[in-house]
Amino acid sequence: MKKDIILSGVGGQGILSIAAIIGFAALEKNLFVKQSEVHGMSQRGGAVQSHLRISDTEIASDLIPYGTADLIISVEPMESLRYLPFLSTDGWIITNTTPFVNIPNYPDLELLLSKINSYKNVIAFNADEIAKKIKAPKTSNVVILGAAFPFLEIPYENLISGIRTLFGRKGNEVIEKNINALNAGIEESKKYSIPII
Amino acid sequence: MKKLLLLGAEAIAQGAIDGGMSGIYAYPGTPSTEITEYVQNSKIAAERKIHSKWSANEKTAMEAALGMSYAGKRAMVCMKHVGLNVAADPFINSAITGVNGGLIITVADDPSMHSSQNEQDSRYLGKFALIPILEPANQQEAYDMARDGFELSEKYKTPILIRITTRLSHSRYGVTTKEMKPKNNNSLPDDPKQFVLLPAIARMRYKILLDNQKNFLDESEQSIYNKYIEGKDTSKGIIACGITYNYLLENYKEKSCPHPVVKIGQYPLPKQLITKLYNECQEILVLEDGYPFVEETIKCFFNSGKVISGRLNGTLPRDGELNPTLVAKALGIPTKDGLPIPEIVKNRPPELCNGCSHRDVYEALNEAMKSFGEKRVFSDIGCYTLGALPPYNAINSCVDMGASITMAKGAADAGLIPSVAVIGDSTFTHSGITGLLDAVNEKSPITVIISDNSAVAMTGGQESSATGRLKEICIGVGVEPEHIRVLTPVPKYHNEMVDVIKEELNYNGVSVIIAERECIQTASKKKKEKSRE
Repeated sequence: MKKDIILSGVGGQGILSIAAIIGFAALEKNLFVKQSEVHGMSQRGGAVQSHLRISDTEIASDLIPYGTADLIISVEPMESLRYLPFLSTDGWIITNTTPFVNIPNYPDLELLLSKINSYKNVIAFNADEIAKKIKAPKTSNVVILGAAFPFLEIPYENLISGIRTLFGRKGNEVIEKNINALNAGIEESKKYSIPII
Repeated sequence: MKKLLLLGAEAIAQGAIDGGMSGIYAYPGTPSTEITEYVQNSKIAAERKIHSKWSANEKTAMEAALGMSYAGKRAMVCMKHVGLNVAADPFINSAITGVNGGLIITVADDPSMHSSQNEQDSRYLGKFALIPILEPANQQEAYDMARDGFELSEKYKTPILIRITTRLSHSRYGVTTKEMKPKNNNSLPDDPKQFVLLPAIARMRYKILLDNQKNFLDESEQSIYNKYIEGKDTSKGIIACGITYNYLLENYKEKSCPHPVVKIGQYPLPKQLITKLYNECQEILVLEDGYPFVEETIKCFFNSGKVISGRLNGTLPRDGELNPTLVAKALGIPTKDGLPIPEIVKNRPPELCNGCSHRDVYEALNEAMKSFGEKRVFSDIGCYTLGALPPYNAINSCVDMGASITMAKGAADAGLIPSVAVIGDSTFTHSGITGLLDAVNEKSPITVIISDNSAVAMTGGQESSATGRLKEICIGVGVEPEHIRVLTPVPKYHNEMVDVIKEELNYNGVSVIIAERECIQTASKKKKEKSRE
């Protein structure tokens, strides 16, 4: 088993939380995890990415080679396309469709979404709307993680325990909200025809 | 023995704690900051009373660490690559004095300049200082080198350098920890003159350092971090330094390279291992992140004309960090390209936060400058450097910590009057105060704006070393009190700020405007922490 995942978004949108939940879950399953992340200047509203690698054997490189990633998980639509050179031809894009507009030349949203949907394997939906619907507006990142669940080959209960580990300090209410967000994302993924892994 | 998921930076910190360290000294700088922060947040480090407070700059940090070593204890100092320039004087001279307690200098280089103004390679400075250098390939080696490095340092009474890069510093992997070693007791150097670098003594000390070069080389030849790995295909031999070893293995199934490989983790270069590789293979490929340090060095070892390739001869790019795909291309292994980035994707550079006080400073400064002419605002290193980008386009320089004030002074000396400096509070205390003294001594017509957000914000909001005391410092340096103006940068005071800046720009001497409002990131973090209590 080997999963190479690119996580993308804008600084402050919570991609490192997604990485941490998957990371804790994979460790609990006794898998190897290697995760490279971005600190420093680009965290200030700039484009950020993380390379997350999970495997049942030792992992060599801290970076994913071009053209080989299984998934791009993005919490922002334009950012879901920035790392396409890493995605393998059979790879999937899972992305939020709520734009984070902090540049004057942000593309037209309709054009952007039709571009995203022109790729072969895409799950794109409004995770912010779902997060609001379940009264947990800050959890759109975990909703997106839920939509990636069918691809991860990591048992549900391990992800739940990853959420508990990450948010433990913040109390039960935050944990429950994030579990609901994960579930809502998983529900959303059922609307797509995903090959059985 | 415990298995932890650690960043490379954290692995070094945990290794140093477990290696019996008594103190860590540093000034924040990406990608090295997390080493010290890990120690600051470690329960066991607190129980062991390991010193971990921030220093004013890398030079003071280096000197304090050397002082701790003088007193017999194990110390680590960490910094980013350009920080080593600031600390270069004590760093180079610590090799001449030698150490008492073990002393490790950890330097994090930033190839690709993710968060830096250059991508200089610290291995050159390690070689310049003539000391052993350790370069981990992975998080486990980072831990082991920090933990066991103190003994290497104490064995030869020499400081040692651990060199990492951004990628390893900010990448997580499982690390198996080992038992914790005791801290050293206090002890004083046997020779009371060891640290007195008067020329006559320094000449003797330098000979000791030179005599040790053979020992350092022997250590490298025997080091567990330098390995000769057999391979049947001798059409090529590969030297892989530090993290590049991972990129090499990534390209082979079962992670076994068909070519003979020398994996390098300790310098000076193990000449015997490399000679063996050179003799057995038809040509040599060098993989290294940073400058072509090894490639250059080994070209001097041999002159039988075999091809030695790497970053210097263009087989690999001369700049930027390596990755598995670039390594594959250098080896002639087919690579995949993935899909191109569609045109609809626009650049998204970092920006000042909404509500950031620097924004209000630049709004006011830009308006005030209209009547004084363009291209005369010198700035510095911090979040406020983003003022160089649209929409502000407000600053004209960013060179090194503290350079805003001194460059403004030099420009004023040359007749560019008024000249303006924009500097952050922490950069000011790091390296701005001495430059301000120069300006005061000559009554230079400069206006210094200290954009004071009471934090080292760019690196994550660490404590700034003189919060609340900037005015007193400026008075102490000799700035006339009536030309020290304290403002609160918020939109409603915009007009007042513009007026004050204009008044001081018209003054023919040194003015300091302190624009003081806390970083909104640290302020909201503190608020959250308070509500949780």
